[in-house]
Amino acid sequence: MSLLEVQNLKKYFATQKAVDDISFSVNKGSIFGLLGPNGAGKTTLIRMITGIFYPDEGQILFDGKKFDPINDVVHIGYMPEERGLYKKMKIGEQAVYLAQLKGLKKNEAMTKIKEWFVKFEMQSWWAKKVEDLSKGMSQKLQFVTTVLHEPKLIILDEPFSGLDPVNSNLIKDEIYNLAQRGSTIIFSTHRMEQVEEICDHIILVNKGQKILDGTVKGVKHQFKEDLFSIGFEEIPAGLNGNPPFEMVGTKDHQYVVKIKEGFKPADVLNYFLQQGAKIISFNEMLPSLSDIFIKLVEGTPLTRQFQAITA
Amino acid sequence: MNKIWLVIQREYLTRVRNKTFLLSTFLFPIIIIAFIVGSTFLAINTRNKVKIAVVNDPGFLQKNLESDSSSVIFEFPKDVNSSNYVAKGFAGILKVNPDTAANKYVIESKKSLSMETMNYVEGQMKKAIEYNILQQKSIERNLLDSISNVSKERAKVTNELATGKEANNKLPYIIGFGCGIIIYITMFIFGGMVMRGVMEEKTSRIAEVIVSSVKPFQLMMGKIIGIAAVGLTQLLLWIIFIAILVNILPLFISADTLHQFQQAQQAQQGLPGGSNNSAALQMLQATDTFKTEVNWSLIIPCFLFYFLGGYLFYAALFASVGSVINEDPQEAQSLMLPIMMPIVFGFIILSTSIENPDSPAAFWGSIIPFTSPIVMMGRIAKGVPEVVPWWQLFLSMGMLILGFIFTTWAAGKIYRTGILLYGKKGTWKEMIKWIRRS
Repeated sequence: MSLLEVQNLKKYFATQKAVDDISFSVNKGSIFGLLGPNGAGKTTLIRMITGIFYPDEGQILFDGKKFDPINDVVHIGYMPEERGLYKKMKIGEQAVYLAQLKGLKKNEAMTKIKEWFVKFEMQSWWAKKVEDLSKGMSQKLQFVTTVLHEPKLIILDEPFSGLDPVNSNLIKDEIYNLAQRGSTIIFSTHRMEQVEEICDHIILVNKGQKILDGTVKGVKHQFKEDLFSIGFEEIPAGLNGNPPFEMVGTKDHQYVVKIKEGFKPADVLNYFLQQGAKIISFNEMLPSLSDIFIKLVEGTPLTRQFQAITA
Repeated sequence: MNKIWLVIQREYLTRVRNKTFLLSTFLFPIIIIAFIVGSTFLAINTRNKVKIAVVNDPGFLQKNLESDSSSVIFEFPKDVNSSNYVAKGFAGILKVNPDTAANKYVIESKKSLSMETMNYVEGQMKKAIEYNILQQKSIERNLLDSISNVSKERAKVTNELATGKEANNKLPYIIGFGCGIIIYITMFIFGGMVMRGVMEEKTSRIAEVIVSSVKPFQLMMGKIIGIAAVGLTQLLLWIIFIAILVNILPLFISADTLHQFQQAQQAQQGLPGGSNNSAALQMLQATDTFKTEVNWSLIIPCFLFYFLGGYLFYAALFASVGSVINEDPQEAQSLMLPIMMPIVFGFIILSTSIENPDSPAAFWGSIIPFTSPIVMMGRIAKGVPEVVPWWQLFLSMGMLILGFIFTTWAAGKIYRTGILLYGKKGTWKEMIKWIRRS
């Protein structure tokens, strides 16, 4: 069951096809990674999903119905990359105001904010102003205001930027909690190790188009290069005969090998067993998302060139 | 609708609770009152008394020179000359200039005498010489005085209007100009407030957070209405505050002082340099006439209408300028110029139309919504329908309403695009493109 379905979405600006025919769907309760290099069109895509922009073409289904920005935005929590708070406003009041804009009643908002403030140990902040907070602190506050109204869909754009590892983990745990309680999370970032850790499903966007779609595991298998690492008690003296692999490198007591076409991992093991080598480990080396990202995006210009659009 | 209300509340409360709001609200009237009282006080107390010794009287001066007890006192001592007048307590010594054959006069003094003193002395000398000549022609001084009094009395001309009312030319001038200036200043203050508010949202990067729950147009209108409410609150407080002060003030200034001042002013009349501080007193005296002689039931609603209308017309434009500016406030200058020019222009038209409320400039200035809030107030005070026919007033109001609907619509489009645009400064050309699109 998908909470969000994006179908053939297009948004052209005067000088760029910011989003060019993108479709994907996000399952309820999943953590979805939206990846892409700078200027790939992620923000434009998100702005259409949050109702800030109208798509030129295509449609968005939210919770099975056509997305209606005016009524559906209260079910969305969006933390943009370009984020901020009113500097001169008191923190408690600000959180209440933002919650009210999302349709919460005042007392309802108060109780929820207090719960979150206790959870994040922010109780003493209530009467402080945002300008008194450090970057990390205001980041936490921003996160609280984004998820306070228990939205069905939470969109987080680079949520960990500016956070130390302790606070990063705090937020990460909350993201898991929210997903477990049924919220769906779209997570947009460049930091691939976080995506690998958190996301169930990812899409990769480049130059306004979707170039990759799948589960993290599936994508890794799709891009595997049949590399294996083999650990030995003692490095074999030499390679005799006709091995079913090519050597890629050695490191300490390990070989990294690439299996030749037509052979299976078992053939490699057999080969070494026949050689009498003492194997202590045998692992498939899957590419990291970071490698895949670089491989797919590499070769395209670092920044998108402006072009005249006739559409 | 509910969301606009929330935005309005926030904009209003954060500003009204701000210390600068309280400060400006209460300091502004105090400064104005202090200015009026201060200049009145100065006018009374800084006029130096000057004693002047008259020597070599050709015979008619002593009889005809009149001293003014508060400024210049003529004395005619026997034993005073150029060498000892200072020691005897005189500021100057007036005498026939011995160097010239023709009857020329000179005042010797150690310090240069003030313009006011010299004017007074010259006026008195002129009178004395005139009287002397007339006397030689055997015309009595009393006769001349009575002639001049009679002619003065009979020459009074009043300006009676078709409606039978007597035209009061001074008061409408003050009220029209005052209202125009208040609208002019507040348009800058509150327009600037809207612009800074939008810039704050943009530079603090909260715009996108807010816009994901509120439509940009709602956010803009909420801000404009919220700040309008702040402006009205401030205006109301000022009016109450000034009304209280105006009623209390006469209690602090004793009748004696007021009387003294009036005397001083009368003495100044006819002297070219003597009208320096009379404006302050006129304002004091005017408080009574203010209450009775002006058609407040027309002027107050009109003032509120043009105040709000003018504000709404420009606020949206200021908001759209704020939305395209990035961190650099200097960028604001070039973008604000096209908005500020018509306001300044309106002020210029106001100052000419107050003299000449029927001129074409005044007419068009009060119809075109870019200047009408300022110019029309200057004309209305002169009288409706005597000076401004009803149709002109309604046309002007109608145009202003259409005008602000249009500017708000256009500014909304610019604002929507501008507020999410980072790192790039908008130009007027681009903004027009944004209006045309969608």
